Amino acid sequence: MNPNEFDVIIIGGGITGAGTQRDCAMRGLRTLLVERSDIATGATGRNHGLLHSGARYAVNDAESARECIKENMILRRIAAHCIDETDGLFITLPEDDLGYQQTFVEACQAAGINAEIIDPELAKRLEPSVNPELIGAVKVPDGSVDPFRLCAANMLDAKLHGGQVRLYTEVTGIIREGDTVKGIHTRSRQTGEEADYYAPVIVNACGVWGQSIAEMAGVKVSMYPAKGALLIFAHRVNNVVINRCRKPSNADILVPGDTVCIIGTTSTRIPIEECYNVAVTPDEVTLLITEGAKLAPSLSSTRILRAYAGVRPLVSADNDPTGRNISRGIVCLDHEERDGLKGFVTITGGKLMTYRLMAEMATDVVCRKLGVDKPCETATTPLPGSEERSYEAVAQKIWEAPSTAQKAAASRMGTSASRIRGNNPYDDALICECEEVSVGEINSAIDRLEVSTLTDLRRRTRIGMGTCQGEFCACRAASLLAKAHGCVEKEREDLAHFLNERWKGNFPIGWGDTLREAEYTQWVYKHVLGL
Amino acid sequence: MKLQEYTVSKHNFEECMKCTVCTAYCPVLQVNPLYPGPKQAGPDGERLRLKDPYFFNYALKYCLNCKRCEVACPSGVNVADLIQAARIKYDHSKPKLRDTILASTDFMGTVARPVAPIVNGVTKLGITKSAMDALLRIDRQRTFPSYSPRSFESWLKRRDKEQAVFQEQVAYFHGCYVNYNYPQLGKDLVKVLNALGVGVQLLEKEKCCGIAMITNGMSEQASKNARHNMAALRKAVVDKGLRVVTTSSSCTLTMREEYPNLLGVDNADVKDSLLMATRFIFEKLEKGATLKFKAGFHKKIAYHVPCHMEKMGWGVFSEKLLRMIPGVEFTLLDSACCGIAGTYGFKKENYAASQAIGAALFDQIKTVNPDVVACDCETCKWQIEMSTGYTVMNPISILAEAIEIE
Repeated sequence: MNPNEFDVIIIGGGITGAGTQRDCAMRGLRTLLVERSDIATGATGRNHGLLHSGARYAVNDAESARECIKENMILRRIAAHCIDETDGLFITLPEDDLGYQQTFVEACQAAGINAEIIDPELAKRLEPSVNPELIGAVKVPDGSVDPFRLCAANMLDAKLHGGQVRLYTEVTGIIREGDTVKGIHTRSRQTGEEADYYAPVIVNACGVWGQSIAEMAGVKVSMYPAKGALLIFAHRVNNVVINRCRKPSNADILVPGDTVCIIGTTSTRIPIEECYNVAVTPDEVTLLITEGAKLAPSLSSTRILRAYAGVRPLVSADNDPTGRNISRGIVCLDHEERDGLKGFVTITGGKLMTYRLMAEMATDVVCRKLGVDKPCETATTPLPGSEERSYEAVAQKIWEAPSTAQKAAASRMGTSASRIRGNNPYDDALICECEEVSVGEINSAIDRLEVSTLTDLRRRTRIGMGTCQGEFCACRAASLLAKAHGCVEKEREDLAHFLNERWKGNFPIGWGDTLREAEYTQWVYKHVLGL
Repeated sequence: MKLQEYTVSKHNFEECMKCTVCTAYCPVLQVNPLYPGPKQAGPDGERLRLKDPYFFNYALKYCLNCKRCEVACPSGVNVADLIQAARIKYDHSKPKLRDTILASTDFMGTVARPVAPIVNGVTKLGITKSAMDALLRIDRQRTFPSYSPRSFESWLKRRDKEQAVFQEQVAYFHGCYVNYNYPQLGKDLVKVLNALGVGVQLLEKEKCCGIAMITNGMSEQASKNARHNMAALRKAVVDKGLRVVTTSSSCTLTMREEYPNLLGVDNADVKDSLLMATRFIFEKLEKGATLKFKAGFHKKIAYHVPCHMEKMGWGVFSEKLLRMIPGVEFTLLDSACCGIAGTYGFKKENYAASQAIGAALFDQIKTVNPDVVACDCETCKWQIEMSTGYTVMNPISILAEAIEIE
């Protein structure tokens, strides 16, 4: 058999693509995933990481709300190591209309979301950082989800089911024969090598960039890119998600995620050409801090770590070139039915939260086209690492007396932490001191999770995501990567690139302690290490 | 809105720049690989603990609370406070019998004092040391301070009339050591202060400052003592307008800094009036008061600045006083921790680390070969005397010996 032939090719290594590949692979298909950059570099890795209960959509979009709560409950079971079951609050402030609360709770209940009005005093006890002026509070089953971990676990499981993954591989063309797609032309962005891959079905899972892939195939999908800016704070101010109980607006969700918390978002339409390089503006930063402090006043005096922005892959509904009729829901297009193009499927829209459902929908279409009749099992089969629900149980099972780094590893990797080499001074040494990541954990990621660069490593292990933003871990991790890849010169470039990328996120909020830290980092790398 | 308003974080640990100077200065880290070090245990660990108390690391008990990390920190992070606060907040294991005994200095003093000769004899016996080592894990190589048959409190009470004749008055927080073990230091202070025309009175009723309770997991008892002592200090400072002097650097640091920072007991109205006696005396001499020194006094003195004295930045006052004495040949010892850290070094599991930490200091003392080592802390005194054989005296006692009373 030709090694470049597959049953299905998935374009896009975001959560939708990774989830689709996993589903296809679990149904026995030979799969290939190609991604022009690393996994989770688009909208997947550039959002709140909110495990929506669906409450935010309940009033305006009942269908999304129902999808969210259903997937919310599924992800708690299948992706335990990516999820923090924090619960969420929808608070009403004196400037908000308390009347909205009733509408909100009724809509939640209609969608199957367990929303419970609680005494504001109780809300303050549940979440001491909440604005004490609140006049109303509703408790909902929100949570937080680590999108990088979720994406990596999906990719890993697809690989364990025989799937192949080509990262840093750009699709340069779609091979068409008449009204049928046959394959793709690709070029490696690392080596420049060109290759063609063939499959009877191609899934376009490129989010906002799906528009250009569709164009290559000769069909039209109109995306409506909406930029959202967010800020990361240096530690967890809150342990419960805090939302505003009002019509969804700017900067009204504060999500605790791992060791940090994140306020967002804004929403601005941007031209599609700008999607590759979105920057956060000073006005957005001001807005996020001002509005964020209304949720939790202590935010205004908490150190900000980074600012970043993502692009929502919203889709303009068919026959609506103006883009006014926008859906936040899932869009699954069988281009054979829609445009008469055989073997081409686009899966887009939707949310991080509903990736599994999107993958299921796309895989159902793929299977129908291939005449495969196997049920979807992704709703019940845990992802690798999620076989155990709590990280305490995981750590206790693997280590008799887990160290802080081992506990932290268990919280990041779940049961996969058992693969970390350790219990010797070399492997137990810390690479990242802020997040407690050991040599063993880094090497385990390099071995299993398709790591080319330090930034890839960051997405898989959290190095460089702590307070020091790479000041200490970057050069240490670079030495491990240089060893793994056998090239020091390339790694030196990678290190410089990584530090510049960290600075990009510091720049919009570059004052106070963050600026001091960045200057110190510069001093260490430029003047001490001579980079 | 001015973004620059958002410069200073209220969360002190966020000011950490990860420069790791604290780690380089930590005496424990250099001898005990089980200890994660001040940066890991303090600001770094705090972020994880805020995520989930599960990330609390029990190895934080190896922290000496010497505060050298805080002295070293260029960003003003209260590293040691973060560590001790985390221990108070997250370590709910009950203190061992041994730790309770070591921490209850007040109680042990009250019980032991009336039968002091017996207790002193018994604690020096090899069999007692072996028993304490085996049963309580108090290291047999340690020497327990002996108890005095008469307390300092009762000694001074019997002299309250002669003290009251002085126009200027100070109150004296003597601490457990002076009261139960070594009243002579208190008497020396009274002698020096009287020579300066200052009368000494007791606080209404003082209790142990609580430092050993904080480090031995008895923070509730420590808070109780703190509240009691603050009330007593307030009576002296606020009601009577007195300054309160002390002769123990650790008691002083505890009352000035640990009370508000770790125990949540406010001391703002009293703090500035609570000071080491050496500072009080130095300031009086600066303002023109004089002491008459003995002719022909000669002593070679090596001064060890206790860690907590360094934290307060007051070693300089003791140093200047000692240098002022005619006939003193003065050596300032290198800044180092002696390793005892109160009750820490008494514990069998810490003995080796404790001696390793102090080794450089002991060596230097032996090289200098002084007549006496000067030091403002009683537990440093025990450690240095046990480890070097040199006599250690509080600067106040040296001063008392050097002055001429008409």
